[in-house]
Amino acid sequence: MAIPKAEELGVSVVREPSLMTGAIPQKEWMDVPAKFMEGDSCYPGKVSIVEYHKFPYPREWNPVDDDWKLPDDWEDIILNGLKERLDKFRTLKVFMDICVRCGACADKCHFFLGTGDPKNMPVLRAELLRSVYRNEFTTAGKLLGKMAGARPLTIEVVKEWFMYAYQCTECRRCSAFCPYGIDTAEVTIILRELLHLVGINTNWILEPCANSNRTGNHMGLQPHTYKDNVSYLCDDIEDITGIHIEPTWNRKGAEILFITPSADVFAEPGIYTAMGYLLLFEHIGLDYTWSTYSSEGGNFGLFTNNEMMKKLNGKMYAEAKRLGVKWILGGECGHMWRVLHQYMDTMNGPADFLEVPQSPITGTVFDNTSSTKMVHISEFTADLIKNNKLKLDPMRNAHRICTFHDSCNPARAMGLLEEPRYIMDHVVPKWYEMPENTIREKTYCCGSGTGLNTGEIMELRMRSGLPRANALKHVEEKFNVNMMSCVCAIDRATLTSMVEYWNPNVEICGISELVGNALVMDGEKEERESGLRFEPLEGMEG
Amino acid sequence: MRVLYSFVAVLALVLVSFLGGKVTGLQYLLGVVLPYLAFGVFIVGFCNRVIEWSKSPVPFQIPTTCGQGKSLPWIKYNRLESPNNTLEVVGRMILEVCAFRSLFRNTRAEMHDGPKIVYGSSKSLWLFSILFHYSFLIIVLRHLRLFTEPIPFFVPLLEMADGMMQIGAPRLYATDVIFLAAIAFLFSRRIILRHIRYISLPADYFPLFLLFAIGVTGLLMRYYYRVDITAVKQLTAGLASFSPALPAGIHPIFFIHVTLVCALLVYFPFSKLMHMGGIFLSTTRNMANNSRSKRHINPWNDPAIKPHSYAAYEDEFREFMKDADIPVEKE
Repeated sequence: MAIPKAEELGVSVVREPSLMTGAIPQKEWMDVPAKFMEGDSCYPGKVSIVEYHKFPYPREWNPVDDDWKLPDDWEDIILNGLKERLDKFRTLKVFMDICVRCGACADKCHFFLGTGDPKNMPVLRAELLRSVYRNEFTTAGKLLGKMAGARPLTIEVVKEWFMYAYQCTECRRCSAFCPYGIDTAEVTIILRELLHLVGINTNWILEPCANSNRTGNHMGLQPHTYKDNVSYLCDDIEDITGIHIEPTWNRKGAEILFITPSADVFAEPGIYTAMGYLLLFEHIGLDYTWSTYSSEGGNFGLFTNNEMMKKLNGKMYAEAKRLGVKWILGGECGHMWRVLHQYMDTMNGPADFLEVPQSPITGTVFDNTSSTKMVHISEFTADLIKNNKLKLDPMRNAHRICTFHDSCNPARAMGLLEEPRYIMDHVVPKWYEMPENTIREKTYCCGSGTGLNTGEIMELRMRSGLPRANALKHVEEKFNVNMMSCVCAIDRATLTSMVEYWNPNVEICGISELVGNALVMDGEKEERESGLRFEPLEGMEG
Repeated sequence: MRVLYSFVAVLALVLVSFLGGKVTGLQYLLGVVLPYLAFGVFIVGFCNRVIEWSKSPVPFQIPTTCGQGKSLPWIKYNRLESPNNTLEVVGRMILEVCAFRSLFRNTRAEMHDGPKIVYGSSKSLWLFSILFHYSFLIIVLRHLRLFTEPIPFFVPLLEMADGMMQIGAPRLYATDVIFLAAIAFLFSRRIILRHIRYISLPADYFPLFLLFAIGVTGLLMRYYYRVDITAVKQLTAGLASFSPALPAGIHPIFFIHVTLVCALLVYFPFSKLMHMGGIFLSTTRNMANNSRSKRHINPWNDPAIKPHSYAAYEDEFREFMKDADIPVEKE
């Protein structure tokens, strides 16, 4: 899909008349149907993939067409599905009833800021479902209809749901600002579940789910390929540092099972983060193993439905049990950690076959994970640094002027804010925070989370990435920042596209890459000339 | 249109009750029967709504963390924004319910050429919401004078503090003025701010009109018509003691006021005003961020959902694994 150049889009987001830029829509929102053009939505799930999941109504269809080939009783299916979910999720019930439409959330959404589309205001996104809920499940809605903000479920409404449930990355920024904590993610999670019931889905989510189920990871890497990929990274490490690393695979009796998003062993710049992990574990002599069966940290089930999330997540404990490890260490990833922190124990626990995680290097017991038994790599690394167990030379990152991007889920679902910052303080000579309204609990999404990181909606992604890009621009201009670090694998992929477009002088990295770069390894080359990307270190450019 | 509907609805209520208030027979209906009915609907409706919510379980522990979570002992965590235990959750909820913590975070984003997004502080909604809710609360508490004997000790204190300005006689209560001013603000932002106008429903304007009308009729009673307060107290105290009596000579404006209040009570449980109860059940705020140290139970967790088994995985990839020197269970 050809998309406008950054200069053009940069003008149109400001000048195009939209609710964001000052124009007032002529029609009431209920009277504006969603119209699909190429680039407005992700491609539907391939028939073979939908069949693989045994999801209903596999068929060829295209959102651009008028006829979505829905089952005859689509209306009953959706309404029964909604009824069932109202009985299963208190959040849904409460959030349907208590919004006062104060509008505090309106300009907090990166999709609204970038598109100016009124239905991208979180309040209106939720009203898309609320209006139907009122019509079917409330007295006022049944009696007063449109006067009470109710409307019947029509095919147009379903199409609208598809459009706007997938223009939300479930980043929960709006929920931080809502006076009642209404969480749009809860609303769009349910919307997506309802759409799945009638066979409305996207391939970019279902195919990684299928891969993850079968081969162990989203990328569909088979065991030997996965291992090969990591071996190539080890080769590079040897070239750069002179250190030879041989990680172990599916090894029974290892103390720790390490699981990271498969993107980290597959594509730039994630692979440099993986090299950072490998160096770190070698540096401290950690007794750990990789697994090919459970070779995915991420979980696109979170973007599908709770059953899929549970099914895919189940591999982690299953593999930990099979290998007989003591506890699990998890790599850098955003939504992965939402699942691990807020869902895993509930869905697949109790992990009573594991031990409360204790760092074999520092002896620190991670009490905060005493039930789930899974530790975040930033918690683990911060503890190592605090206890002086790492030999670090931050000057090896002197060619990087860094900033740090809080990923939505670690920030707003875990409260993992200080650990990465503490690590940054010790592995780079100096780094700069982006403006206050765009970091920590107020951080912006990369714009392409929850399975939206696909090429066919690139313009949309660049629009929704604009708030993050803009904050980055600020420190780029002020401090010459040329590297934005993060703790999320989706970020590493999507922010790379985002900076290519909006901030071409900035690169993206995981924190563990900066750690790996700074580590002074025993027995390494006399003089390190390049970083993990084979880029020359400062003073070594000649 | 949406504004008009709501306005007409409140106007109709006023007219009906005005006419009713002039007819002695209907006075009994408006002054005695309706309040009991309305109060009943409010209590039953409110409880029913809360019970209805509570019937649905909370399957997952999903607090929105707005500060550092508890992790390593040397990292100071934010007890109020990322609470780790029940006590801290109570603290967070008190801040949320009594100080509107989240609304205080509010900012305003503007898009400028560049493109450049500029964020401004935006505390006016917070300020006027606080003013509205607290003056409403004080007004309700002051009304206890009419329903209790002896009058609770705090009522005269509130009256004294509230009437400190000492303007006119009877003394003008600051909360009456603030209440109306705050409603006027909340209404005007719905009209002036384009986002808010676009999302506002009749259900947003109606309660504002209704509350405003309640405030105005209250003021009129007290300062303009000088309604016979002894007679009113006789009626209200009678209501409270379940021995209602309707004294003669109460000005019709009183019946308008009472009818509007009854309308509010009846409307309350079926409307967004239930945010009063709902905020306590909001799972992003009322849960602790301790989900890795304390297992949360989902009553409908389905044990039948199992991952694709390792055995099936190895069966599919065994040869590749062996070739790649990855250990296998079955040779």
